[in-house]
Amino acid sequence: MSEPRPRIGVVTFPGSLDDRDALRAVALMGAEPVSVWHAHRSLGDADAVILPGGFSYGDYLRTGAIARFAPAMESVAAFAAAGGPVLGICNGFQILCEAGLLPGALVRNKGLAFVCRWLTIRVENGEAGGHESSGNLTIGRRGELLSVPIKHGEGRFVASPDTLERLEGDGRVAFRYASPGGEVSEDFNPNGSTASIAGVWNEAGNVLGLMPHPEHAVDPDLGPTGGQPILQWLLSAARARVPA
Amino acid sequence: MSYRVVVGVRLKEGLLDPQGKAVEAALPSLGWTNVSGVRVGKEIELELDAPDEAAARAQVVEMSERFLSNPVIETFEILRVSEIMALSQSNQKAT
Repeated sequence: MSEPRPRIGVVTFPGSLDDRDALRAVALMGAEPVSVWHAHRSLGDADAVILPGGFSYGDYLRTGAIARFAPAMESVAAFAAAGGPVLGICNGFQILCEAGLLPGALVRNKGLAFVCRWLTIRVENGEAGGHESSGNLTIGRRGELLSVPIKHGEGRFVASPDTLERLEGDGRVAFRYASPGGEVSEDFNPNGSTASIAGVWNEAGNVLGLMPHPEHAVDPDLGPTGGQPILQWLLSAARARVPA
Repeated sequence: MSYRVVVGVRLKEGLLDPQGKAVEAALPSLGWTNVSGVRVGKEIELELDAPDEAAARAQVVEMSERFLSNPVIETFEILRVSEIMALSQSNQKAT
């Protein structure tokens, strides 16, 4: 074995839907998938954590508002504070925002409709801070295009003007929705997100949230593989934490 | 003492409310063509025990700040507070 096989924990909440796809995707990518139950504090010695998509607690009150109080989330918050890599996908992104681990919030799509389709996102900052380091700890170069699916009714990213200014200034916008050619405009903004933002980093660069679903886009037999670089970042960040 | 409290939660001013827009767009089809500025919020009604009304209000404000509303996107307001029969008594009757 050349590289250690990192353990990737996937938290299942009541109403999670994409936990199994996430487990399968990280296994396909060469990691060891670990199921984490929302009601337990243990993250199963995971080296990285995924909060998957779905409709935890029926999206009652607000999306992610109730899931953030799950016992597992206390551990996720402590893990993130200690520098552990965390990826929130769709409902997982909403939970991270509600928990205050990521800035902003996700509200009802501009057009009211639930949107379910493949689209293109453009990498803005492959790692937080706008660095372009070599190696695997970046998702990609600025401008790189990834083909991924979305499926959500509440994915419109909003934040206060101050927060937005900080996100843009600090290089913490990870992805924007774009045309297949890479153009960012309202015509290719599926949900009315502010500045077409599809994903953001936390300040330390170890927590990433996005509305598109990388876990549905890893198997070349099933379609585009735009999710691979995103999960690859998580695996690399996790590997960096595995003692050699 | 026991109180019934109604909290109103609404999207912040200036934040697009697609639900309100959809309702607004439907009204003219029923003949009401003079309506604009429709926004949809929600009411949360709850009952709680507290030493007095001020304490009840203070607790509801804290719950609203931390959980019932999201300050990033919403504002809240205590709409009504009324004293009700003690919760413990009504609970006993129910059992």
